[in-house]
Amino acid sequence: MSQIETFYEVMRRQGITRRSFLKYCSLTAAALGLGPNFVPQIANAMETKPRTPVLWLHGLECTCCSESFIRSAHPLVKDVVLSMISLDYDDTLMAAAGHQAEAALEETMEKYKGEYILAVEGNPPLNEDGMFCIVGGKPFLDQLKRASKHAKAVIAWGSCASWGCVQAARPNPTQAVPIHKVITDKPIIKVPGCPPIAEVMTGVITYMLTFGKLPELDRQGRPKMFYGQRIHDKCYRRPHFDAGQFVEQWDDESARKGYCLYKVGCKGPTTYNACSTVRWNEGTSFPIQAGHGCIGCSEDGFWDKGSFYDRLTNIPQFGIEKNADEIGTAVAGGVGAAIAAHAAVSALKQLTKKEEHEDQA
Amino acid sequence: MSDTQVAETRVKAAELASTATASDDGEQQIVRRQTAVYVYEAPLRLWHWVTVLCIITLCVSGYFIGSPLPTMPGEASDHFLMGYIRFAHFAAGYILAIAFVGRIYWAFVGNSHARELFIVPIHKKKWWAELLHELRWYLFLEKTPKKYIGHNPMGQLAMFSFFVIGIIFMIITGFALYGEGTGAGSWANNWFGWVIPLMGQSQDVHTWHHLGMWYIIIFVMSHVYVAVREDIMSRQSLISTMVGGWRMFKDDKPD
Ligand code: HEM
Ligand code: HEM
Ligand code: SF4
Ligand code: SF4
Repeated sequence: MSQIETFYEVMRRQGITRRSFLKYCSLTAAALGLGPNFVPQIANAMETKPRTPVLWLHGLECTCCSESFIRSAHPLVKDVVLSMISLDYDDTLMAAAGHQAEAALEETMEKYKGEYILAVEGNPPLNEDGMFCIVGGKPFLDQLKRASKHAKAVIAWGSCASWGCVQAARPNPTQAVPIHKVITDKPIIKVPGCPPIAEVMTGVITYMLTFGKLPELDRQGRPKMFYGQRIHDKCYRRPHFDAGQFVEQWDDESARKGYCLYKVGCKGPTTYNACSTVRWNEGTSFPIQAGHGCIGCSEDGFWDKGSFYDRLTNIPQFGIEKNADEIGTAVAGGVGAAIAAHAAVSALKQLTKKEEHEDQA
Repeated sequence: MSDTQVAETRVKAAELASTATASDDGEQQIVRRQTAVYVYEAPLRLWHWVTVLCIITLCVSGYFIGSPLPTMPGEASDHFLMGYIRFAHFAAGYILAIAFVGRIYWAFVGNSHARELFIVPIHKKKWWAELLHELRWYLFLEKTPKKYIGHNPMGQLAMFSFFVIGIIFMIITGFALYGEGTGAGSWANNWFGWVIPLMGQSQDVHTWHHLGMWYIIIFVMSHVYVAVREDIMSRQSLISTMVGGWRMFKDDKPD
């Protein structure tokens, strides 16, 4: 495969100086949580390794992942990675369109059989043989199956591809499913979030391109370096949580003081993502910093876990929605009443028995 | 009382005392013999009361983890309220779990009554008959209950299905949540982290763990009521048995 350029060659061709290239390498190392001693390693890999082709498919989605990706904080990362990717196939971002685009897809798949990385944004609906999502005149489901067949690895961008997200929320009329329900024979790297953070996306892809291997994944297939901890574990409002200082209501004094948002439904304690460390929009802020609780957008089924403003999930049984405490107090109350009634009857019985006894005596 | 039970019990027994109640007015000299059997050995009793303390701590602290107390005034650095509440919860959780493992060990090395909690003899016809009898006693359909050296069948069933199952569930989900805080690579995460994807995601584990508390509370309410009621109305001692280990029978009639 010597005809494929290296990353470095691509960058130089794009007019990037060596100085900027090295800066990019150190930024990448920092983004991946690697020490400065990894910088030469990254630089070396990028200078010598033929670049890995990437195909980027789009299924049922809102395209927020692409929107996030092109807003990456480090312009170099964005430009370089993006231009490298769009060399191959991304029907949203590539210059080509229509038949030309589909031809590019076919060509890449054929030329780099078993070599390319498949990145999937959105997910396939299964109902009606996949007719709810048509790409290039055919169901996305078919395209996904075909493209994954000879992929080296698969990236699931965002909560749609990873978990299903809004189109898979109850009652899910199109039967949209996360891609791991369709692609069962390939390693899948889940990069959930609605959307995922730009730096997380470029970080994952750069890691794979430079090191030629998958990042270390957790039990559910998410890269540990970005999804190893919950929002709550690194939240800057955590001292208020530990102290027991909470926003009780929007607009109260506590809200103005920036106390913990636990009681107004913050899902930070149950959400694995990098928002509280990497933040958003070039590290400017993230939802909690802006005064709103985390809604758990990177978690499985987050649309179906009740209100964004309640910590305890409503349980939609018994006709009405109740949370664990409401169900618990109701049942315990019932049991308590039964016990009281039973105790009353028992006491009565005991009394009559005693009287009988005394009568006999 | 069932004779098999008698046979298998090491009746360390004892004719405890006897001439009870010679009433002052001397109208009738009832000579009552109270048989006593050593049922619950010291480690089991100790375990029972340690567990009681742990569960009370866990329910109270757990409730306040779910619905925290009103906001503390002043600086964050002056307080550590949630921290202490969570610490109490985790400490009691550890003690509960370790004690429960010890209780399982005791089922192997203790006397036969130490096994009753874990092995419900649903394969025995007699057990079912006694269960029915006990049920009728609770529905006020039987005049007198039967005597039991160990647990009565209904108690046994409730202890297994509510307590044993409930506690195992709470320990597994509790340590799964605990492992989220201690992080990837910690022992709790390695051992129990699988629970989280199994139930969906972290929030679902919280919901189930929270519901589990109410399951345990229902057991405790009924259990304490029944213990007090049986202590008064049945033909044997209960609460003092869990304190001192000896089962006292209040009459000499068979069964
Ligand atoms: C958190 C509260 C409690 C829990 C979880 C609990 C649990 C248990 C369990 C699991 C057993 C079976 C022991 C074994 O076979 O190893 C038991 C027995 C017993 N408990 Fe409790 N208990 C609680 C509170 C109490 C209280 C407050 C009392 C006293 C009023 C009490 C009185 C008894 C008695 C008398 C027995 C023996 C029953 C018998 O002899 O059949 N328990 N308890
Ligand atoms: C009878 C046993 C237990 C009861 C009744 C109980 C009750 C509770 C309740 C009500 C919550 C709040 C759930 C929520 O709304 O998010 C909770 C949270 C928790 N429990 Fe338990 N629990 C028990 C045993 C355990 C054990 C054995 C452990 C293991 C260490 C444990 C660890 C935790 C953890 C880590 C949390 C989450 C704390 C947080 O989010 O800050 N629990 N428990
Ligand atoms: S605001 Fe949310 S994430 Fe931050 S400490 Fe409070 S509950 Fe945790
Ligand atoms: S703070 Fe929570 S809801 Fe907001 S983007 Fe991050 S993971 Fe998603």
